[in-house]
Amino acid sequence: MTAEPSAARLPGANALERPVGRRQWRLPGRGDLPRLVRKPARWTLLAVVLVLLAMLGHLLATSSSLQWGVVGHWFVNGGILAGLVRTLYLTALAMTIGIVGGTVLALMRLSKSAVLSLAATAYIWFFRGTPLLVQILFWYNIAAFVPRISIGVPFGPTLISGSTNALVTTLVAATLGLGLNEAAYMSEIVRAGIMSVDARQTEAATALGMTKRLAFRRIVFPQAMRFIIPPTGNQTISMLKGTSLVSVISLPELLYSVQLVYARTFQTIPLLVVACLWYLVVTTVLSVGQHFVERHFGRGESRKRSASFMERMRARQFDQILS
Amino acid sequence: MTGRPADDEPILRIDNLHKRFGQTEVLRGVSFDVHAGEVLCVIGPSGSGKSTLLRCINFLEEPTAGTIYVDGEMMGHRVEGGRLVGLRATELAMQRVHIGMVFQSFNLFGHLTALQNVIEAPIMVKKEPRAEVEKLATALLDRVGLAHKAHCYPAQLSGGQQQRVAIARALAMRPKLMLFDEPTSALDPEIVGEVLQVIQALAIDGTTMIVVTHEMGFAREVSHRVIFMDEGVIVESGPPNDVLVNPSHVRTRQFLARITAPVTRAGAEGTT
Ligand SMILES: Nc1ncnc2c1ncn2[C@@H]1O[C@H](COP(=O)(O)OP(=O)(O)OP(=O)(O)O)[C@@H](O)[C@H]1O
Ligand SMILES: [Mg+2]
Repeated sequence: MTAEPSAARLPGANALERPVGRRQWRLPGRGDLPRLVRKPARWTLLAVVLVLLAMLGHLLATSSSLQWGVVGHWFVNGGILAGLVRTLYLTALAMTIGIVGGTVLALMRLSKSAVLSLAATAYIWFFRGTPLLVQILFWYNIAAFVPRISIGVPFGPTLISGSTNALVTTLVAATLGLGLNEAAYMSEIVRAGIMSVDARQTEAATALGMTKRLAFRRIVFPQAMRFIIPPTGNQTISMLKGTSLVSVISLPELLYSVQLVYARTFQTIPLLVVACLWYLVVTTVLSVGQHFVERHFGRGESRKRSASFMERMRARQFDQILS
Repeated sequence: MTGRPADDEPILRIDNLHKRFGQTEVLRGVSFDVHAGEVLCVIGPSGSGKSTLLRCINFLEEPTAGTIYVDGEMMGHRVEGGRLVGLRATELAMQRVHIGMVFQSFNLFGHLTALQNVIEAPIMVKKEPRAEVEKLATALLDRVGLAHKAHCYPAQLSGGQQQRVAIARALAMRPKLMLFDEPTSALDPEIVGEVLQVIQALAIDGTTMIVVTHEMGFAREVSHRVIFMDEGVIVESGPPNDVLVNPSHVRTRQFLARITAPVTRAGAEGTT
């Protein structure tokens, strides 16, 4: 078979091409305003919202218990920032375990082996069926259940052995508690993503000589990512907030760090505000990151050029104010 | 059509092929040869086993019985100590490289551009150098009239354009044999012509192919031989003018009578 362009390049073939329409994102202009004037209900609603916002602002600015000076002081305090950093890496560690474990569990559930599939199902059943807080407490107290951890031949000679308390530190207990629980939820997300890819994609890849493994890696998984990324972003944001649960095992992450301070200074409300502000800052950054990752994996998804982030935000804000 | 060498080794030899899904036997002893440069059209009513036949040739479905040789090599099996042994998945995959397949529903990879669709398998499966593959892919896209769409994603292409990319994707593996399973059935009537023209051009260039189609005009115009299948067997086989114009079996005649309307339409388009 030769590759040279030949007589096959037929006249008329191009004549059949339709131009792909580009939808323009139109920002609201002056011409839109008269339409709004005719909608008094919207204006009333807008007024009500503005009044409520003003009241809230007034409360925040003047409340004696809020003490903005105190908030500002602790917001950049070294101990609080150390807690924030712990929250961040706990989130990263737990999500890594969650994503990797979830993918493994999803592949096990989808595998033809009944044993693997059943094992994964049992795991998910257990970790989704018990409260996360209980799981964290369980890992924290695991030493009471399994005093020593050894690596060796089951029921045979031991190679390495150590005390559980030395091995499972508070950080390890927190990471395991959050990560293993997350894996159960992530596995369902990954499985749903893989199953939403049309089986004919695998078939086309197989016909081209790809092995199952290659077809999965190059064709199925990248397309499954489009379905997996958005809920994973949500899970990450939930996890960030969920790490505050490990304050119960005295791991000084963000929440426990502020608790340590207000236990001493009794400035409870300002310090909880400090924690909230930091959580808000990080979730906002994560949401923006999520948007860009989604756009990367959503490529090829629609006929339209995807609107830029700012274009969308502006369009969305305006919609929200007016509707 | 004009003569072709019939004395050489066939590119494809199918011997007594059977395929059963549970209790239903879909293929019940199908045998035929396809020689280099030959264009074979397969026609027949819905459910007669045409797709199953194509899918058995490249082992997307494993035949229940019978043997298939592609360019002298037995598909899916190896003789070891006088017995047939099933090939491992990787060996089977390498055999499929020699057989290009074009599906009714195009099945382009949605996350890849037209060009990326074409270069994926030569690079990942045949491990050919990227620069070379890209040159070949660009030439193939040009050949199907889509050089200017190389960087479009499938969702940005019309059905006819997607199918032409799918043809280029299959050709990029330089297969010995091309299989087309109703390549135009999912297309709007006005787009059917652009895809048939591409396939016809391949035929003229000497590509060996099996085309399952309902486009009788195309079958008459382009094929060297037509096979009429019904209920899992070959009812009639021969030059298009015999099978399509003067069929010798009642069942063929009945089938052709039922699809007269498409003949006039496709006939007008398939002619150059
Ligand atoms: N995977 C399968 N499992 C069970 N039955 C199947 C399977 N694939 C095909 N069949 C059956 O085999 C028969 C032949 O199917 P096939 O798709 O080969 O027909 P066809 O000639 O291609 O028809 P069409 O013109 O509608 O495409 C049908 O009755 C179909 O229901
Ligand atoms: Mg079919």
